[in-house]
Amino acid sequence: MGVEDLNLPGYEIPSAMKGNIAITTLDRIYNWCRQNSVWPMMFGLACCAFEMICSAASRFDFSRFGMEVMRPSPRQADLMLVSGTVTKKMIPQIVRLYNQMSEPKYVLAMGSCACGGGPFKEGYSVVSGVDKFIPVDVYVPGCPPTPQALLHGFAVLRKKIENESIRTVRWYRKEAVPEIPIPVLGPDLMDPRRYAEIKAYAAEKAQQREQEAAGSLNEGGQA
Amino acid sequence: MTQQVLAKQVQEVFARFSDGVVEDQRVGYQGYIVAPEHLLDFARALRDECGYDYLTTVTGVDYLADGKMEVVYHAFKTLGGPALEFKVQTNRQNPIVPSLALIYPSAELQEREIWDLFGIRFEGHPDLRRILLWEGFYGHPLRKDWKEPYFEEVAKPFKSRFPDGKVYRAEDKHPLKDNIDFPEGFDPAKWEAEGDAALYKALTNIPGADEPGIKTEQIILNFGPQHPSTHGVFRMAVLLDGETIVNLKHVLGYLHRNHEKIGERNTYIQNMPFTDRLDYITSMSNNFGYAVAVEKLMGIQPPERAEYLRVMMAEFTRVISHLMSIGFLLNDLGAFFTPMMYALEEREMILDVFEAVSGSRMMCNYFRFGGVAHDVPDYIFDKIKGLVFERLPRRVDEIDAYLTKNEIIRARCEGVGVLTPEQAIALGVSGPLLRGSGVPYDIRRAEPYSIYDRLDFDVVFTEHGDVYDRYLVRLEEIRQSIRILQQVVKQMPEGPIQIGKSTYQVKVPPGEAYGRVEAPKGELGFYLVSDGKPNPYRYHVRSPSFVNLGALAPMSIGSKVADAVVNLGSIDIVLGEVDR
Repeated sequence: MGVEDLNLPGYEIPSAMKGNIAITTLDRIYNWCRQNSVWPMMFGLACCAFEMICSAASRFDFSRFGMEVMRPSPRQADLMLVSGTVTKKMIPQIVRLYNQMSEPKYVLAMGSCACGGGPFKEGYSVVSGVDKFIPVDVYVPGCPPTPQALLHGFAVLRKKIENESIRTVRWYRKEAVPEIPIPVLGPDLMDPRRYAEIKAYAAEKAQQREQEAAGSLNEGGQA
Repeated sequence: MTQQVLAKQVQEVFARFSDGVVEDQRVGYQGYIVAPEHLLDFARALRDECGYDYLTTVTGVDYLADGKMEVVYHAFKTLGGPALEFKVQTNRQNPIVPSLALIYPSAELQEREIWDLFGIRFEGHPDLRRILLWEGFYGHPLRKDWKEPYFEEVAKPFKSRFPDGKVYRAEDKHPLKDNIDFPEGFDPAKWEAEGDAALYKALTNIPGADEPGIKTEQIILNFGPQHPSTHGVFRMAVLLDGETIVNLKHVLGYLHRNHEKIGERNTYIQNMPFTDRLDYITSMSNNFGYAVAVEKLMGIQPPERAEYLRVMMAEFTRVISHLMSIGFLLNDLGAFFTPMMYALEEREMILDVFEAVSGSRMMCNYFRFGGVAHDVPDYIFDKIKGLVFERLPRRVDEIDAYLTKNEIIRARCEGVGVLTPEQAIALGVSGPLLRGSGVPYDIRRAEPYSIYDRLDFDVVFTEHGDVYDRYLVRLEEIRQSIRILQQVVKQMPEGPIQIGKSTYQVKVPPGEAYGRVEAPKGELGFYLVSDGKPNPYRYHVRSPSFVNLGALAPMSIGSKVADAVVNLGSIDIVLGEVDR
């Protein structure tokens, strides 16, 4: 977006000064700056990480969109690219990294696995999509998505940023944004928000087993 | 199955154990069944007297119907030749097998994996902890009676996927609406996570630490799983004395995607795309390994043109993989991303070829049993010629000129991370890591498969065993690969690319087979057990990166912490393959 595009219609700028001066709203200039300097977190999970690296390299080169600074530290990053299969062992770390990122922050789920489990969904140690735990802004399906698809995902994210307003965004509200509770590795992955549910499920399972055992005993008795 | 002719020493060893070692009589099976009480003596005799010094593969099989579990070992001679396979059987209720970790250190990691996934205890193992899953996980998932939360049917194709079946989301069927399951009567509020207690206990447990002397304070430092120089989601915990590494343990499983459990539900051909995602840089080589293993079981041979196409694709992936490996090593040394750009530029050229022949850049799914999926279109064949005769040789020389004599690279790499040939063989490492240590072992020559016995190339090896030598081996192997590619392009015959018609279902006779290829990172092996059904009974991937990682601790202990990163870069791991 050039300076001309930043202008809001309705303000007459003398022709000699066109291209040098823009009159616009705070929201637009703020979003214009932000969408052109999204710093992704340098963090690859699986196969998709390679297409991410390719997108950063010379042929596709996402630094054209102001994204060339990849930061290994979550504190300095704006965008978390979840590039690959999210496993149960990894999700506590991903949630922790997400909590450590400072606002404004965005999440792009790259690849089928991060979107919903992908080809490995049926596996016992795979999380069925990273959105089970952290909010996702853009989904880029594919196995792996080509760099072109990833670039399209970035374009969608830029649109999303462009349409935000300083008055409504969550990071300028009075109340603090609550942290996401970090999942715990128990006999299986446990979300602290669902402890009651898990307990009820396990109790019901135990009851079922008892009933089955009692049933088979009765049958045995009759026979 | 024809039994291999055994050397005289081996026969003598067998004679000594008489009833303790018997031939495996099951149909389609090879090798020998060793009684557990004789295992240690037998292995020691095999290593010291018969020359089978290189144990590459250890894996388990759960024979639920027979009520027993089996541990399968494949030992090789570093002089070359086929495997000597031996097995130990144990009961399912309380499976205990003596550990070979002290005789063959390469078994250590693989036995931990078997303990994790099958629950077979290894007596005398120095550090038996879970490796791919976490301490506290319920059950051992590769047992045949263990069912995952989304369990649908024992084998694919599932009834819900047939044309008239009603497809549903796996979440909707499960009471918890998620991929989780818990034991009966479990209360999460009372759960105390073990966390890393066991890891730190193993890390700080160093023999001789109690000896009198000056005591210095040691600290534990964790790298990863999110760290820019760990090549993905790898984690290592190091015990430091100042800047010197006293002990190092790696923590795996952050990308454990259950290839083996899913693979045993899949039909044979359905596993082909999954092999792409093992080592995701070298999908063609992974296809090759799997195709070789299944073809061994089926007893078929692909037509000539298919063999040439296979070798061509496999060598292209070797070029990619070694270039990327050099780029990553330089990343770890601090030359951030610039050398990588050179590597990626060539990679893109080769990926164009892959995309043209298979339809996908990375996940090619190109090989079929008895051939390949598609022929090479003419326009891309011209491009291949340009690549292998002009562009690639030139670019390799360019990279060589920029890097090899660079003073910083030599200062950081020479004499760092030394692995002696004895250590390398004992640890079972393979690929450039083994050849960099002065062992000229290359499966393309040691046990030739496909058409490699007809091609002219050298096995590259160097003598110092340090990081710099591994870099040199990789660079020279790229040149050898280009040499192979040139021959293949020149000799490419005409003809069919597949035997018979391509089918969705292949008939695989009952039996077992271990097929291995020289993947860019080392020995990639697939151990398959078939019971005659459309899906494999056991599907095990022996991945080079996983076993090579065993060399990280011996290389790094005693050196500075910055060198551990370089050592890791020189091993060249891909986490998809390590954790599977």
